[in-house]
Amino acid sequence: MNAIIRQLTGLRDWVDERFPLTKWWNDHLGQYYAPKNFNFWYFFGALSLVVFGLQIVTGIWLVMSYKPDADMAFASVEYIMRDVDWGWLIRYLHSTGASAFFIVIYLHMFRALLYGSYRKPRELLWILGMLLYLSLMAEAFTGYLLPWGQMSFWGAQVIISLFGAIPFVGEGLSTLIRGDYVVSDITLNRFFSLHVVALPLALVGLVFFHIIALHEVGSNNPDGIEIKKHKDANGKPLDGIPFHPYYTLKDSVGIVVFLMLFSVAVFFAPEMGGYFLEANNFIPADSMKTPEHIAPVWYFTPFYSILRANTVNFLWLDAKLWGVIFMGMGVMILFLLPWLDRSPVKSIRYRGVLYKSALGIFVVSFLILGYLGVLPVTEMRTAVAQICTVLYFLFFLLMPIYTKLDKTKPVPDRVTM
Amino acid sequence: MSDNTVDPGRRRFLTGTATVIGGIGASFAAVPFVASFQPSARAKAIGAPVEVDIGKLEPGQRIIQKWRGKPVWILRRTPEMIESLKSFDTGILRDPESDKSAQPKYAKNSWRSENPEYLVLVGVCTHLGCSPTFVPEPGAAGMGSPWNGGFFCPCHGSKFDLAGRVFAGVPAPANLEVPPYQFLTETRMKIGADKENAT
Repeated sequence: MNAIIRQLTGLRDWVDERFPLTKWWNDHLGQYYAPKNFNFWYFFGALSLVVFGLQIVTGIWLVMSYKPDADMAFASVEYIMRDVDWGWLIRYLHSTGASAFFIVIYLHMFRALLYGSYRKPRELLWILGMLLYLSLMAEAFTGYLLPWGQMSFWGAQVIISLFGAIPFVGEGLSTLIRGDYVVSDITLNRFFSLHVVALPLALVGLVFFHIIALHEVGSNNPDGIEIKKHKDANGKPLDGIPFHPYYTLKDSVGIVVFLMLFSVAVFFAPEMGGYFLEANNFIPADSMKTPEHIAPVWYFTPFYSILRANTVNFLWLDAKLWGVIFMGMGVMILFLLPWLDRSPVKSIRYRGVLYKSALGIFVVSFLILGYLGVLPVTEMRTAVAQICTVLYFLFFLLMPIYTKLDKTKPVPDRVTM
Repeated sequence: MSDNTVDPGRRRFLTGTATVIGGIGASFAAVPFVASFQPSARAKAIGAPVEVDIGKLEPGQRIIQKWRGKPVWILRRTPEMIESLKSFDTGILRDPESDKSAQPKYAKNSWRSENPEYLVLVGVCTHLGCSPTFVPEPGAAGMGSPWNGGFFCPCHGSKFDLAGRVFAGVPAPANLEVPPYQFLTETRMKIGADKENAT
């Protein structure tokens, strides 16, 4: 036994002289000190890594049987579902994984809003996270075209046409994206390339930078205070605990619970009543006929509602362009969050009633926009969407004012449990 | 070399010129990659005009013909439909005279066609490219009023009248596009080419 351990230690030392193995382990796990007061909201970073891994693995397997060809794509997905051994499971893991990814990411982002995780010195960490979010949206969008169903086709048609609203260059840009004058086999083929090669590579790179940036500045925590202010004689934060074994173990519990819920969805409700897989996508793409009701998958619907809410021409620009501008701004404005927030405190625990109400209104507006986005338009719903769009933007635009006016509570010196 | 001292000015100059020349080279190298995103020669070739038999088209009926990958509608309007276009309150339309819309010259009129009876439109919403639904019944539920029949885009709720003219207050910015077309005989028409642009 001792001989084996000696051998392994020797091997480790041999590697360490040639590669920073132990150093990396210590920097990022064994000696990475994370605040000891992480709560429920801190599971979602690790969970998004788990879902990402799941998508990569199931994706590799799907590509083995999928055909990126307008004449064969729809049938090849059905082939995976019916004829490939366990193909249905791999496909449902991947399709449910896409929705799970967004659930986890939205909760991860909401955590940042709760505890001010985007504030100095974590601005760049937040920006890297936002770039990840954008890449994930692109990944989801390109992936949704691949089954070549009615929703794949018309969803892509609408989103690519958005670029056509840009003055002067828009039409050319849409054609450049499609590689054709309509969404066609050429579009399908290039989206396949982006979905399985380019965007996953971008995601891997951004995840790497996101984690490196996090470990440089250190994790925030539910109190929104810096644990690096109080260190012991060895220079270790007094309120920190090594990520491994403490958080690797805690996250494992979270992962198990997540996988239980995820399995329930995969095995009992993979279509989730039309929210994860839309009914119209079980009809092969038909460029002659738009389905009666088209809606994007749920994770895009809040922004889709903002797009639809713009029905008025003003300031020399038409409603179509305003819709595109507002939708784009709806996502992009999140990048500015670190500079919009002027509160002296980071965490919601020590914020006053103004921020708490603003965040509440924001979340409710976002959820209503998301709900309206899956429904067909009526005059009443458009009016509600317009109100929610205004509230959505006011959360950001008025933030420098209300966070400054807000009555904050004194922040503790050390973390509380 | 008489001595080993570094000349920073010379070094900066060489780094600068190498960067500029290298950058220009990289830009040229990027051209084929960007250009390959353009529609290929094959994609450009599929644009030929198509001929349609309209002999069996009854008044009030619409047929859908694929042209350049897009749906083209041919609607044979009934006398009531044509009449309703005349009595229309054009105040509820965004571009009643089709000034900001795409159509051949012979279709720039209030019924937007060469022959008032036959309406030919590219069935692609000018908002974001969905194909609107044909709702011919006057006063159809959910269409608001006045509704003399027309087209409704299910994606974002844009509405068009029976000449493909867009309503005001909906997201679509322009009337539905009219493609070039011509009547070959009483019962045959050609989509994609007309007398002026014979292709």
